[in-house]
This record gives sequence, C-alpha cells and structure tokens, in this order.
Amino acid sequence: MADSHDRKENLSRPYDSQLAARLLRYLYPYKWSVLGALVLTILNAPLSTAGPLLTKAAIDLFLASDPSRPPAGYVLWLKQSADLLGLKGAWQRGLVFIAILFLLANIAQSAAQYLQVVITENVGQMAIHDLRVQIFSHLQKVPIQFYDRNPMGELMTRLTTDVDALNEMLSSGMITVLGHTATALYVFGLMFRLSWPLALVSCAILLAMVVFTVWVRTIARSTFRYFRERIAEVNAFLQEHLDGMQVVQIFTREAREMKKFERINRKHCEAGTAATLRNALFYPVIEIIASIGIALIIWYGGGQVMRETVSLGTLVAFIQLAQLFYDPVTEIGSKYHALQAALASSERIFRLLDEPIAILPKKRSRRGPVRGRIEFRNVWFAYQDNDWVLKNVSFLVEPGEKVAFVGRTGAGKTTITNLLLRFHEIQRGQILFDDMDIRQMDPEDLRSNVAIVPQDIFLFSADIASNIRLGDQSISEERVKSAARQVHLDKFIVELEKGYQYEVRERGVGLSVGQKQLVGFARALAFNRPILVLDEATSSIDTRTEIQIRDAIERIIASRTALVIAHRLSTIQAMDRILVMHKGEVRESGDHKSLLARRGFYWKLHQLQFCHKLATAGEMESDN
Amino acid sequence: MSPLKRLLLYIARYKMKLAVGMLCLLSANLFKAVVPAVLQQWMDTLTQGISHSLLLRYSATVIAVAIIQSGFTFAQEGLLLGTARHVERDIKNDFYAHLQKLPLEFFQRNQTGELMARATNDMSAAVNASTEAFMYSANTIVALMIIVPLMARLSWRLTVLAFTPLLLVIIATLVLQKPMRARFEKVQESFGRISARVQEALWAARTVRAYTQEHAELESFRRISQQYVSDNLQRTRLSSLLYPLLQFFVGLSFIAVLWYGGDLTVGKNLSIGQFLEFILYLGYVAWPMHVLGWELTVLQRGMVSMGRVDSILALQPAIHDSPCPLDIRGILGSIEFRNVTFKYKETDKPALDGISFKINPGQTVGLIGAIGCGKSTLINLIPRLLEPSFGEILIDGCPVRQIPLKVLRSAVGYVPQETFLFSDTVAGNIAFANQDAVQQEIERAATDAGIASDIAAFPKGYQTLVGERGVTLSGGQKQRMSVARAILSRPAILLLDDALSSVDSYTEENVLARLRKRMQGKTCLMSSHRISTLKSVGLILVLHEGHIVEQGTHDELLAAGGLYAEMHMMQLLDEDLAAS
Repeated sequence: MADSHDRKENLSRPYDSQLAARLLRYLYPYKWSVLGALVLTILNAPLSTAGPLLTKAAIDLFLASDPSRPPAGYVLWLKQSADLLGLKGAWQRGLVFIAILFLLANIAQSAAQYLQVVITENVGQMAIHDLRVQIFSHLQKVPIQFYDRNPMGELMTRLTTDVDALNEMLSSGMITVLGHTATALYVFGLMFRLSWPLALVSCAILLAMVVFTVWVRTIARSTFRYFRERIAEVNAFLQEHLDGMQVVQIFTREAREMKKFERINRKHCEAGTAATLRNALFYPVIEIIASIGIALIIWYGGGQVMRETVSLGTLVAFIQLAQLFYDPVTEIGSKYHALQAALASSERIFRLLDEPIAILPKKRSRRGPVRGRIEFRNVWFAYQDNDWVLKNVSFLVEPGEKVAFVGRTGAGKTTITNLLLRFHEIQRGQILFDDMDIRQMDPEDLRSNVAIVPQDIFLFSADIASNIRLGDQSISEERVKSAARQVHLDKFIVELEKGYQYEVRERGVGLSVGQKQLVGFARALAFNRPILVLDEATSSIDTRTEIQIRDAIERIIASRTALVIAHRLSTIQAMDRILVMHKGEVRESGDHKSLLARRGFYWKLHQLQFCHKLATAGEMESDN
Repeated sequence: MSPLKRLLLYIARYKMKLAVGMLCLLSANLFKAVVPAVLQQWMDTLTQGISHSLLLRYSATVIAVAIIQSGFTFAQEGLLLGTARHVERDIKNDFYAHLQKLPLEFFQRNQTGELMARATNDMSAAVNASTEAFMYSANTIVALMIIVPLMARLSWRLTVLAFTPLLLVIIATLVLQKPMRARFEKVQESFGRISARVQEALWAARTVRAYTQEHAELESFRRISQQYVSDNLQRTRLSSLLYPLLQFFVGLSFIAVLWYGGDLTVGKNLSIGQFLEFILYLGYVAWPMHVLGWELTVLQRGMVSMGRVDSILALQPAIHDSPCPLDIRGILGSIEFRNVTFKYKETDKPALDGISFKINPGQTVGLIGAIGCGKSTLINLIPRLLEPSFGEILIDGCPVRQIPLKVLRSAVGYVPQETFLFSDTVAGNIAFANQDAVQQEIERAATDAGIASDIAAFPKGYQTLVGERGVTLSGGQKQRMSVARAILSRPAILLLDDALSSVDSYTEENVLARLRKRMQGKTCLMSSHRISTLKSVGLILVLHEGHIVEQGTHDELLAAGGLYAEMHMMQLLDEDLAAS
C-alpha cells in the first residue's frame, strides 16, 4: 500500500503545472471579472501601505520634526497640501488632516477588498458550476459499463467533494497568491525608495523565509503521507469490522480485536502528533527569522539615524512595512496543503473527464417512417472474455409482431434487450433495425424508437406525473393522464394525497412493486414509441394486481412491435410467437399451443410454473 | 449527558498537559510583550544619541526574546494540539469498543458508511473545533490581560480610544454570525440536493438512456447546480463582509492612535518611543480580537458533530450478560424454543411467530423454507445475536439470557448466510476463533470443510492473504473457509445458515458427509432452501412466513404431500430443466 502511494505521488509531480494550467482554462470565460479582481488586488497594495507611510509623515512633520532635515518626497507634498488648505503652522490640524487621509484610505481599502472577494467568489463558483455540469454531462456519455466498473460512491465524490475542493483554489487561491505577490513587490519598491540598504536587509530575510518554507514543506511531506496512511489503516479496520461485527461477536473475539484496534489507533495518534509538531514548528521559526529582520533594522537603522541619513519616521515605517512584506510568505506557505489537495482532486476529476465516451461521431440518421423491424443475425455476446452469454442467436421480428422470450434465469433474455438498445457492443454478428445495422445509427436515434419497461422500475424523487413523462415537457398533462388511465394506474393515483402531484420518495419507497410496475407501463405508453420492450418482474404480485397488469400489457402492446420477456407464462399465451431461450441459445420457437404439443423444453417450463401456481395457491390458503 | 460534557470528560484526562500548555501560552505572550518595550527604549535613546554597543544589545535582546517566545509557542501548540490527537484516539477507542457491544439489529439498521462518517469526519471535526476554539480564545484573552495594562500605563485615555473600535469588531462578528449560519445551512441543504440528484442520476443511468432523456437530465442538474451557486454567493456576499469590516475597524483604531497619540506626543505627554510602543501593542491585540466572537460558531458546529458521535455512545447495548448469570462452564447442546416470536423494529409483521421445537444433544435438524421465511432470524436467536420479542429459548434447559455470553457463544460454531472473511491470511481466518490453534488443527478443519485442496493450490498455501490484497476467492470457497472456521474448535452446537448455497451439489455432499463424521455427538441445526442438502437429516422443520408449517423426515414430509412435497417437485423439475 505504501508503495502504491509513493508511486502515485511521484507520478503526479511533473504534472502539477499541467493540471494547474488545465484548471485555469475554466477561468477563461470569466476573464474580465478575473481582470477586475486583479486590478482591485493591485490597487489594494498601495492602500494597505497608507498606514505606515502616513505614520511616518506624522512623525517626521510633527511628532519628531528635525529642523536640520527638510521634508522631501511625498512628505513634502503632504505638507504643501496641508498648507494649501490653510492648516499652516497648527500641528493639531495637520494631524487631523493626516488622520482623515488615513480614514479615506482605510475606507477605500475595505471597499476594494470586499469587492475583490465577492468578484473572485463569483468567478470561482461559476467556474466550479461549469466543471460540475461538464462532469455530469460526461457521465451521461460514457459507456454504460463504466458504471459497473466504478463504485457509485466514488463517482459521487467526483461530483461533490472533489469539485468543491477546487473551489478555494479557483477563487481565492489564485488571486490571493497573485495579490500577495503584488503587495510584496510594491512594499519592496517602497522600502527601497525609503532606504535601499534597509530594503536589501529585509529582502534577505524574506529569502530566508521562503527557503525555510520550501524546506519545511518538503520534509513535512513524508510525515503527512505517513499520517494519511495511518488514517487509511484505521478506516479500513473500522470498515471491515463494522461489516463483519456479527462474526467478531459470534466468535467472541471482541477483546482481541479491540487490542488490534487500539494498536492501529495508537499509531494513528502518534503519526498525528508528529505531524502536529512539524506544523507547530512553522510559525515560531518564521517569527524568529522575522525578529532577526527587526534586529537588523534596530542595529543598522539605528546607526543610520545617528549618522542622520535616515529619519525616525522612516524607521517606524520600516518596522510596520516589514510585517506587511513577510505576511504573504506565511500566507502562501499555510495554503500549501490546500493547494496540494486541490491538485489531487483535479487530477481525479480530469481522469474521469478523459474517460472515452461511448459512441463518438453522430452517424447518419435513418430516413423515412419507422416500421419497427428487428433482426438479430448470428449474434455472439460476452460480458467478459469468452464467457458467452449469447451464442449464435438469430431471430426476426416483423413490424407489429409480438414476440415473447422465455427461459430460466440466466438464459440471456435481458441481455437481448440491452443489446437492442446498444448498451453493450456485440462481439460477432449483426443487429438490424429496419434493415440498418444499429452500429451505423446514432444511438439516440435508435433508442428514441424504443420504449422499455425494465424489471426493476426506477422511480425518481419527483411527483407521479414527472415520473411518467420523465423530463420530456412535450408530453402533455392530458397524455400523462390518459396513459395512467389505460394501465389502471389512475385508480390508485386518485387515492393518493395530492393525486398526480404526489411526491414519490427516493427510489419509490412506499409504493408496492405492482404500483411501480404500473407507473413503468404508463411511462412507456406516454412516450408512444413504435417498439416496446417489456421485462416482466419476477416477484410475486397479488392476483388482483396481476389481472390488472395483464390487461395493461395487452393494451399497450396492441398497436406496436413488442418484445416481451416473460416470467409468468400466463401473460404470453396471446403472443404471436414465443422464443425459448436456454444457456444463451434459442432452443425452441413457435406459438403457445404448438410448443406445448412438442412436449419439449417449453412444456417442462410450463409444468414448473403450474407447480408454482399450486404452491402459491397453497400459501394463500395457509395465510387465510 | 450533553455532547459538550462528554467531550470535557475526555479532555479532563489530560489536565496536566493542558495546564502546562496554558503556562506556555502565558509565557509566550509575556515575552511577546517585551519587544515593544525594547523598541521604545531604542527609539527614545536614538533621539538623544546612542552608542553602537547599545544598538547591538537591543538587537540581541529582540532576537533572544523571539527565540524564547517561539520556544514557548511551539511547546504550547505541541501540547494543546497533541492533546487533541489523544482525545480523538480515546473517543475512537471507546466508539469502537461500544460498537462491539451493540446487537446485530443495530448493524442491520445502520449503514456502515453512515457509522464510518461518525467515526472519522465527525469525530475529528468535534475535537479539532473545540481545541481550536479553546486555544485561540485563551490566547486572545491572555494577550489582552497582559497588554491592556501595559497600554494603559502609557495613557489610559488613548487605550480607551483605541479599544472602542475593537469592541465594534466583536459586536460585528456576533451580529453577523446568526444570518451567516442561516445562509450557511441553506448552502448545506443545496449541497445535499446536488448529492441526492447525482446519486439518482447514477442509479437511473439505464432508464435515462433508454428514454433518451440525457438532455432533460442535464438541464435539471444545471438548475440545481445553479441554485447551489446562487445560495453560495448569497452566503459569500455576507461572509466576505466580515474581513474588510474587521480591517476597517482595526484601521479606525490606528487612526485614533495616530491622531490622539500624535497629539499627546507633540504635547510631550508621550515620548516618540512610547508612541511606537503603543502602536506595536495595538498590532498584537487588534487581530486576535475577532476570534472571540468567531470561535463561538466554530465550537457550536463542533458540538453538532460531537452530538452525532454521542448519539451512538449513548446507546444502551441491548444484549449483555444478565446481572446474575448462571455459573455454567460448558454446554451439552440441547436447544429448545418455547413459543418464540420475533419482530424487527420497522415492520408490522413478525419475522417469526410462535415458534416452538426442541433439539436433543447430538441431534441434527434441518430447516427449510423460501427466501425471507425467517430461517436466518431463527438461527441468529440461538447465540443471542438477536433477542426474541416474546417467548423463551433454552439451552441445556437454561434460559439463554442467563448463560454468560462468552460461554454461550464459545459453544456455538456458526456459519452465517453471508460469508465474511477478514483481510488476513487463510490460516488466520480459519483460526479466528482460537488464535492458539496449531497448524495441524487448522489443516484438519480445512480438510473436513473440503477446502484443503483449494488452499494447497494458493500461491503461499495457508499463509496466502485473503481479500483485496490477496487471492480473490469464489463464493463457494469463501463458504467452505467459513465452515472450516466454525468447526475448528469442535463446538457443541453447529449452526449452518444456508452455508453451502454456492457450492456445487457434488462437493456439498462430500462436505456434509465429512461434517457428519466430525460432528458426531454434537448438535447441528442447518438451514437451506435446497431440499437435496437436507434429505438425509433426521428431522426437517418447514418454515413458511414465520411459522413452522410442517415437520418430519424427508419421506414423511413427501408422503404428507404439503408444501415440502411441492418444493421437492419444483426443484426436481428445475434440475431437470437445467440439465437439458
């Protein structure tokens, strides 16, 4: 485990800049806002230095004015403007003037900062929104098998936690870093003008801080990695033992497993403490380095004042400016971890976005009216390697024909519907829709001709009407109701609290299997597509519902091409043709009577069902 | 017990460390207060002329003070934050220990992921939040206590003036807190909707594609995501106000000092050095002030998490040793159910209803019935993984509740329906019940469970790791491993819950034959939905919807022509079909 972690981190290193560049592209649509925020940040730099500079002016002009050193630069300018306003000579009024300037700068700085934060948050949120929608859209295009390969929890994380982890980086992160750099440069320029030797001293200190920060982060990396591995260990233990608690309890291994957990937990605690100590070292050392800077100002600056090359006000300003100068380094240093985490998230997201989508170019559309003729020609299919689920299956369904598929579980019946909708690609043979190979068609075009009622009807947490029309707003309220009426769903809807506006809870909790199935039928009817595929549910449904369902099926297949996978043979006696599947092959074919007369496989299946009927009848009696 | 109180109990274990940590915090702040005083002297002597050696001495003092102060800060953080790690460890230990005492029903009701979230995110959030709130608030208060008198010493009027805007900082933080929390909760809610929507979209992938609703789905997702964005922006519009506002108030403080302090300095009531000293003190306390208001929110949020942890810790274990257990050392193996009814909490219909039967020591009894008829529930009642709602279960004539749990469960070998193996070696898994078992015993158990030849084919034999990091076992192999684990210590009672369902019938017959030999004289209750498994068993109980509807030997039950006979006929037919 440690090894794989190592490899991952090492691999990801060279790509960090590429990842960051790819992320930056999401900011491009908001370039003007980004530019505005940047301007505000840069504007903020001189405003934030107003305090120290005005203090210096106040000291040099009023608090400790030195007649031998006439004011120069901006201090002179300040003096002149004060004089111009008629404040000549009165130091009290002069101080008020400077205080008012300070206040104005303060207001401007606060306002600029607020605006900047709001703009960057806006940009970040919008960029994140774009990314989230892009991932969602991509997930709708990847091959359906992708969902079988990847645990759902993980895909969820991509769209929620991972995307949100990028927020800080895309919004405040980038602009803070740029803003801090701008401030540091500006402050440096200022210091340089005030006294270049002192500025160079501060610069050396800053360099020491940067070197130290980089060094600390490099050595902390292994400590944190070790810590993360210990967390993973604790989590793995908990996960496993929560799942297997029954076994722990039954074999009375509580005491021993507790000891194991204590050991793992102690290691986690120790690793955590070590990481904490590493972290706790950062600020104190930075502070020591900063104090060296102050000490140098005291020593060198003091000497300069004595030689009268630097004013007292300049020294005070320097002490305050030095703080402003060092802040960005500590700030960026403390953001380092968040930055690393964000890059890791973005890597996972981009890996998902780079997952090839199912069927690439839009193939030519079919012309002319749809007839609904389906043909399987020597189809071979396996989900894995050579584990054939369908072996050389061929059949033809003419427009308007109703064909049933029967057989034991695992005979390959449901696979046929999945292949027809092109959820999977076949290995050999051909599937034709209206005499066109479905691989030549746009899958959306193909699917929009088929309505399917799967075994397990999926209900969304939305009202009943939306569950019937799904997202298709072109299906009118009237059509929804008439579909519900035709499959006898309306009687049950009327009994519901809000009728068609009844909110179905997550995954249809609270509705019976039979009711869900009726919703599925109504859905298929409302979409009114030329081909209908029914995959009947296996679970036992009470007799009343069964009669309703049988009646509903007869109604919805009436004017369509229909493929029915039947588990209850009673529903298929009226079909035009029955295909008997066994172990991936079509064993028998014909109508109900002729198949029974043959006394073959179908006949045995029929016997089995007949027995089951008896058994369930017996159950009902014993219930009463 | 309130969540905060429970947390404090854990923290109290480390009072010494905390006290030392607080002492360090105090010292660090004291030393920090030295620097402005040094600078004041420096500046004031500067105006009167100063020697180079004095300058050097000031410089050295500043560095020395910084080193000492940093040492204390480091010790303070190490001690206080280190305590947080220890507290987290203690809570986690107790959390796991507590889970070990909770009954099977608890784990059936609560999803592992949900429990994991409490054990990981919630726990560290609670501990970190409270530590942070404690440390930063203490730091601010201590700093104020030290520095305010020092400032007042220079000029109390100026101090009052400088602190007036800072009080506004606290007030602003407190005022903004409530609406900010409301908006934050709205954002959380929005986020919850995104999660739910994503989950649904992933579940419904096939339906959406079959009905070509990808576009509509995307639109609906876009709307929800947009809502999230706008809720978020509502929140940031408010929360972004906080920092500039604080900056503004702190700026006001400095303006006040510049104006009134400048006045004092020109009027010679304050030296230029003292003016600088005052500004530096203000710099130390200005920013930490807002922490006072803010940490309250952090603490509240941490307590919500602690509450979620606490709700598990506060659960009373439903199944535990009776206060006056019988002094039983060993178990012979008779089992009797007397009118036992069991009902799961959420359901109306009992899973078992008025079950009565008796198994003598050494007898083998079969339990048959369709999926969901109550077989597993019945078996789980014997080792008290579940407790009956009504009725009584007796083992060797004693009520199970009065047998010490350890004695009872040690006497039972149990193969659950869903096999569960740990990510350990093959040997470690088989010897799970008895880690002292010698290799020979392990191998014999493996042989009798019919898994020995499979193990021999593994890359490292008995030392092969099982699970993600080792070999992947087939369902049948897992089941036979699970059987080997159960029979290792030759328990008085063997419970097989549909234990060989994934094993082919030929192997099954072999395993059963060996088991019969090994378990000679031991009691055995085995459930199955396959008739072939139970054919040769002396007594078969037919379970249907929580009732025993028939019982007898295979031949008797066939002759009776009831449910069992029908199941038999169906299975025969099905086998016939499968073979054709």
